[in-house]
Amino acid sequence: MNYAGWLVWGFAGTIVLTILMSFSQAFHMTRMNIPYILGMIVTPDRDRARLAGIFMHMANGWILSLLYIAAFHQWDGPAWWKGAVIGFTHASFLLVTMPIFPSLHPRMADETYGPTVVRQLEPPGFLALNYGIQTPVSIILSHIVFGIILGTFYKMP
Amino acid sequence: MEFCHDINDYGIIGDCRSAALVSNNGSMDWLCWPKFDSPSFFAAILDPEKGGRWKIAPTGSWQARQKYREKTNILQTLFSKTGAAVRLTDFMPALTLEQKNSTFLPAHQIIRLVECLCGEAAIECVFDPRPGYGTQTLTLQDKKFMGLRAETRFGLLALQTNAALSVANGKASGNFSLKKGQKAWFSLSLSDEYPASLSPYKDAWFEQLLRRTETWWQDWSSKISYRGEFESAVLRSALVLKLLSFAPSGAIVASPTTSLPEWPGAGLNWDYRYCWLRDASLTTHALLSIGFLEEAEAFVSWLLHSTRLTRPSLKILYDVYGRWPSEETELRHLSGYRGSKPVRIGNKAAGQLQLDVYGEVINSTYELLNGREKLDTEIKEMLNDFGRFVLSRWKEPDSGIWEHRGRTRHYTHSLLLCWTAFDRLLSFEKKGLLRLEKKEAYENARNAVKDVIENQAWSESRQSYVASLENPDIDASLLLMPWYGFLPYDCDRMKKTFSRIKRELSFQETYFYRNHDYEEGSFNVCALWAVDFLANGGGSYGDAESIFRRFLLHGNEVGLFAEEFDPKSRRQLGNFPLAFTHLGIINAALALANNRNKQERTKP
Repeated sequence: MNYAGWLVWGFAGTIVLTILMSFSQAFHMTRMNIPYILGMIVTPDRDRARLAGIFMHMANGWILSLLYIAAFHQWDGPAWWKGAVIGFTHASFLLVTMPIFPSLHPRMADETYGPTVVRQLEPPGFLALNYGIQTPVSIILSHIVFGIILGTFYKMP
Repeated sequence: MEFCHDINDYGIIGDCRSAALVSNNGSMDWLCWPKFDSPSFFAAILDPEKGGRWKIAPTGSWQARQKYREKTNILQTLFSKTGAAVRLTDFMPALTLEQKNSTFLPAHQIIRLVECLCGEAAIECVFDPRPGYGTQTLTLQDKKFMGLRAETRFGLLALQTNAALSVANGKASGNFSLKKGQKAWFSLSLSDEYPASLSPYKDAWFEQLLRRTETWWQDWSSKISYRGEFESAVLRSALVLKLLSFAPSGAIVASPTTSLPEWPGAGLNWDYRYCWLRDASLTTHALLSIGFLEEAEAFVSWLLHSTRLTRPSLKILYDVYGRWPSEETELRHLSGYRGSKPVRIGNKAAGQLQLDVYGEVINSTYELLNGREKLDTEIKEMLNDFGRFVLSRWKEPDSGIWEHRGRTRHYTHSLLLCWTAFDRLLSFEKKGLLRLEKKEAYENARNAVKDVIENQAWSESRQSYVASLENPDIDASLLLMPWYGFLPYDCDRMKKTFSRIKRELSFQETYFYRNHDYEEGSFNVCALWAVDFLANGGGSYGDAESIFRRFLLHGNEVGLFAEEFDPKSRRQLGNFPLAFTHLGIINAALALANNRNKQERTKP
């Protein structure tokens, strides 16, 4: 495995994904903010959650890029379109598993039982549509770009 | 046409980012979210049919009165009739930093609590939001525990309540009854960028938020250093100013409203949801004088930050982040307050040349920093930039304090502020805080402006200073000449000028019109300038106190003042509440307090 390639392009891909998601928020396509949701696991304070979430998100990006790279190794090497396919699959999996987030997140409210004093974060719901009707589009596109970056720039050892 | 309230009938709530007006019949008729100059969600005050409102009130005929919880901006509307009483409490949560760090609250939230105090009451709730100044139609969805939700261009609007509401045609409504001791709560939140925070369905949660908000405001109020007869008016004015401040930047907007008319049907309807540099001196002076150093520093810091992009040229107004206001446009689909069109958003006056704003910015910097041991480099550069600008432009005509459109003159008030600019810069220089490149040029200019005012702005025939070099009209802004130290309060010319102003521009010796140019009400702050002038030695202390007492009577029942007042109909006019008026109240009360102390000290 090309460790330097993993570290550099896993990092770069995560940065670009984060920027794309931020633009989606700025243009009111979605309220989905992965660092914020991750940070809320450790603190209810918005500002601290954003900061903690960034570190958690970057670590996640590196870990998940390992899966992409493992797939390239099993799939005769990387290519941009292979990265796009894996990114699409990753995003689709993420979207369909969104409804189980409340059972994993200590501060996320449950749609059935409602918010409590501790659990107040809005749950994403099916395909994360609670965060805006265009959320699935935003998540799929940003993950495809993440995969394309890894597929294009990661080189086999 | 549906009923439209009088401006007098409104109280205000806010969270130092945005504000809402709530009428004394429980109707929230004005709310711009998430910040002061954002488009409205409720604008029934400007169009009862299309603007949108959120009403919570008992049905039938009730007597209503409003008050604030003591030393807070938590508004209570009390409805009463024989054998029954209902209390509606409206607020936007305000928490300490520590509490915020441990509580996950929505970024923007309004809480309304309705409680039956005695007897029984049928309550009606109509929630009819019309985002974008009434242009957007909403699709409200009932998502059970996640509340009634609607996606808007500005984010997710979510209403949670323990009352039963039904949804139809983009609005929610419901009737329910409360018996003594029973309560219903409503939480409205806007989530513009992040996933929403949902409130737990527990009475205790909202009561805790109410208590914490009350404590936050009371702690803030306790910092006020003014102690005197007019403490409640001064405190209410300070609370209004705090409410109109934009916490993230320190800016203070002139008013949370747009297009409340200065005179019905006269077209004098302007958007005041911006920050005027002109208010700078009065703001800094008022905040410093009553002990709010932090707020004064934040305001001056905003002033320095916001003017950076256009320096050395200044716009007369900026938005809360120091950007230029949006292009002025008319919202033709809105009927206007009581049919008074047009409704305008944005402000074209931003592009005018108004030389007085330079003097205001320099003077407010002087008010805050003249006692310091040194100034930082950026402030020195800014002061020099502004000084050079005024030095090169002071002879030009401008649009003046009243922002005349399409007419420029050499206004005496503008010349006065040019003099103030030179004088404060030279004072900084004298104290060793600032090095002026051409000190002599500033001294010459200061003398030259003084000569112009004394020789050309004084009318022998009228025995008064006049509004401009081109016109012998009188203007109430002339009362500010001693305030800036241009003349002593008790000098002969000022006394004569005051007599002329009183003769020509006052009504019942209490209400002062700004000049003869406009068909409008009396301009509130002008009466307060008169109080300041008289109390400081321009006239009798007793007269000053008497005007001030009569003036305070025409605020509404919660002590709020608009820009103007029509003494004949006894109605408030113009945008509401107005920071400029409330600043004037603080400064007038201070002038009275200071001079009363002086009088007492000089007694044998």
